[in-house]
Amino acid sequence: MIVYGVALLSACLILGMLLGEALGVVLNVEANVGGVGIAMLFLVLASNSDKFKSLVDGASGAGIQFWSAMYIPIVVAMAARQNVVAAFEGGMLAVVAGVAAVIVSFALVPVISKIGDSKVSIEEKQ
Amino acid sequence: MEILETVFVRNSLVVAFAVIGITIWISYFLAERLTNGRIHGSAIAIALGLVAAYFGGRATGGSTGVADITLLGGIGLMGGGMMRDFAIVATAFGVKLGELKKAGLAGVVSIFAGVVVSFIVGAVVAVLYGYTDPVTVTTIGAGAVTYIVGPVTGSALGAESDIIALSVAAGLIKSILVMIGTPLVAKSIGLDNPQSAMVFGGLMGTTSGVAAGLAATDPKLVPYGAMTATFYTGIGCLLGPSILFFIVNAVL
Repeated sequence: MIVYGVALLSACLILGMLLGEALGVVLNVEANVGGVGIAMLFLVLASNSDKFKSLVDGASGAGIQFWSAMYIPIVVAMAARQNVVAAFEGGMLAVVAGVAAVIVSFALVPVISKIGDSKVSIEEKQ
Repeated sequence: MEILETVFVRNSLVVAFAVIGITIWISYFLAERLTNGRIHGSAIAIALGLVAAYFGGRATGGSTGVADITLLGGIGLMGGGMMRDFAIVATAFGVKLGELKKAGLAGVVSIFAGVVVSFIVGAVVAVLYGYTDPVTVTTIGAGAVTYIVGPVTGSALGAESDIIALSVAAGLIKSILVMIGTPLVAKSIGLDNPQSAMVFGGLMGTTSGVAAGLAATDPKLVPYGAMTATFYTGIGCLLGPSILFFIVNAVL
């Protein structure tokens, strides 16, 4: 049943949000601390576990896949409902932040690839 | 006209599905025809969304983009926090933990390094532009991670919509730049084998950017980059409104 998958997805999100909210209270910050990330973790664990097989296989899984595929359309709607007018004067900030992040990340590719390489070669020597 | 308004308002969410569907169709058409698939349709669609929000805001004087236009009110619901978080969590479905083992140490390091480095760069730029509020700086930093980690972090921390819009824009610029720039720099960063492709996916993280960028470089590398990029947004959503926010809060 498709709704089983949707229900599992919902349960993961609500559980993650509750934990995030509780963490916020414990840590004394007015925020949902990592709720979405925690929820994703739950879903990954559930979809990798045998116990939840009946909730993620076949039609049930299709219920989750549907929402996964709706991700980009929802992000487009999200973009369309932001206060872009107010953000406009800060536009250059967005460009600079995006460009700088890419340049630094590009530069790190050979560095981190090398870390991995050296480890592999050490293991091979051993 | 009255009939139109009645029907549109009563079925606002359904109208939003149709309008967003048409927007995405146009975007993918433009991506194919104008950029030869070099820029992914999804990036064009998000950019169109931001542009539409600008004109919507200009036309209505409201603060929720096109959602302030009576006929398009459903976009506010469709793009709201609840639906967004629901769909993002759904993308974690089918992620195999075994893939993480295959990515190896370098792959895992690259995911964390990618999130943290992009975040720091974004946050530093925000500070250089004069922002000192920890919530704002964290949201913009998270936007430099991806256009989804920004809004998720921003909403969790209670950031203003214009700051969230900036974070989406920063993430979008990043994503488009990865799509276009990857084939140009591939040689100089050694992006020609599965190992470096996995590291690349983990560092860049923007799934659409990584997929399009690697496809333009060497289609054989796409699955390796996607393997690590899949984990990136999740790690970003986990770290952004938690550890990274606390660090910014302590520093500022």
